[in-house]
Amino acid sequence: MTAGQPPGPPAVPEEQGVGVSVAVPSVDAAPHSQPVAWRHRHLLDVDVLSADETELVMRTTDAMREVLGRPIAKVPALRGTNVTILFYEASTRTRVSFEVAAKNLSADVVNIATATSSVVKGESFLDTLRTIEALGAGMLVLRHAHSGAPYLAAEHFGGSVLNGGDGWHAHPTQAILDLYTMRRRLPGGTVAGRKVVILGDALHSRVARSNIWSLTAAGADLWVCGPATLVRGLEAWAGSGVGPASRRFTVTSDVNAALRDADVVMALRLQQERMSGGLLPSLREYSARFGLTRERLALARPGALVMHPGPINEGVEIAPDVAEGIQSVITEQVANGVAVRMALLYLLAGVRGPR
Amino acid sequence: MSGRQIMSADELRRATVRISHEIVEKQAGTNGLLLVGIQRRGVPLAHRIAAAIAEHESAQIPVGALDITFYRDDLSLVAQQPVVKGTSLPFDINGKTVVLVDDVLYTGRTIRAALDALMDFGRPSVVRLAVLVDRGHRELPIRADHVGKNVPTSREESVRVHLVEVDGEDSVEIERMADLAGGAPAA
Repeated sequence: MTAGQPPGPPAVPEEQGVGVSVAVPSVDAAPHSQPVAWRHRHLLDVDVLSADETELVMRTTDAMREVLGRPIAKVPALRGTNVTILFYEASTRTRVSFEVAAKNLSADVVNIATATSSVVKGESFLDTLRTIEALGAGMLVLRHAHSGAPYLAAEHFGGSVLNGGDGWHAHPTQAILDLYTMRRRLPGGTVAGRKVVILGDALHSRVARSNIWSLTAAGADLWVCGPATLVRGLEAWAGSGVGPASRRFTVTSDVNAALRDADVVMALRLQQERMSGGLLPSLREYSARFGLTRERLALARPGALVMHPGPINEGVEIAPDVAEGIQSVITEQVANGVAVRMALLYLLAGVRGPR
Repeated sequence: MSGRQIMSADELRRATVRISHEIVEKQAGTNGLLLVGIQRRGVPLAHRIAAAIAEHESAQIPVGALDITFYRDDLSLVAQQPVVKGTSLPFDINGKTVVLVDDVLYTGRTIRAALDALMDFGRPSVVRLAVLVDRGHRELPIRADHVGKNVPTSREESVRVHLVEVDGEDSVEIERMADLAGGAPAA
């Protein structure tokens, strides 16, 4: 594993199963439909979620939103569970979102910022995991610069691993909260048949990769648009063989074609920290050609949703008046993120592995 | 339908109506009265009681739904997380008389969880409990104020309440656990 490698799907721990999960057949043909059972101990990416399981996450998230609306937005579901949040990369919203979510479920939360931990003394990744587990962690939320690191963690950690973002590879909770936000806002409550555009630096984006997965699986007409240097190889990602056969997916550098009649436009952060140079002539040129401005947004359908996973480079990939405009659901994404993470922590906590 | 029927649709209806009268009598009216059904079958029962009160008292009693999943004390024991059905308490419970409604009272653990959940929404002046069937075997110091039918059972038996709104018919059955194969979870 080297930082910044183009991520192929990493090896998957055995109990996750490889490839598309088949919807659990309704063997118990009870007169009233039994809800699908949740069987994942870890959440490493969205590619293992069946349509039924995604539906279960959405419904559980609805329940968590109701909890968040209460006078006391806290329930005892994870009382006694230690959730350790281990982030090897900078983050505000994802880390805080996980922390708030875990605390709302009454879990005990331990936060480890690697900059102030023994990691700087040279402790290995696996040693850190062993230490955290010995200190009582039952669930581990992990962010790592190396694609695939959570998969390695899942093989060695006795509890549940939640991927909080790994390298360029995956950011499953972001993809799920994006899907949830779209479904709440789109007429009909579904992304099926809707034109969704991911605009910008998809190459370095784990958010894009997880979203490509979940949105094409949900039946969206998905477009990824950006400079050729920042969308290269994405077609191959979509065609890597484990997705629904009938999905609609277009990669282009033609921003007008991409935005025309779009129902959702998701701008991505230009990840300057992952640029090894030579990918863009200049920030100004990027902004002029691919930035989401009011003029460009006018190509989309009236009322099209504007999304951004954050943090925003204002005036680079998105104009401030668009990010804060009436069509923007960016703050809603953040709020839904807490409910989605509560739902996932709750569901994962019900599946225990051999210790 | 494999078990032995212990309440018919008519008996179930009469018990619901009687409970509705008892609730109003105990409250000496309908002022400050709220009904809160416990998911799942407590919710339609609460609506039926409210409808009966509306009929004989000409008063509309607000009805809420309480999902106690997140408050269960056995989350670490069950193999899989129970599916959440949702809570909806679209009213202020502070200072009110809340009547919790459930289908079967057994160990009392569901009611314990429901009380915890309710208290997170405010401070009712009184909480009462109405159940369609009390089958005994309490594990906690909890009793019902209004009972449709007391049914002596053994722990090897399961009491299953069927309601039109959920199950397509009204009846209460009792059966041996050994006879159970899948289907709705026993109360």
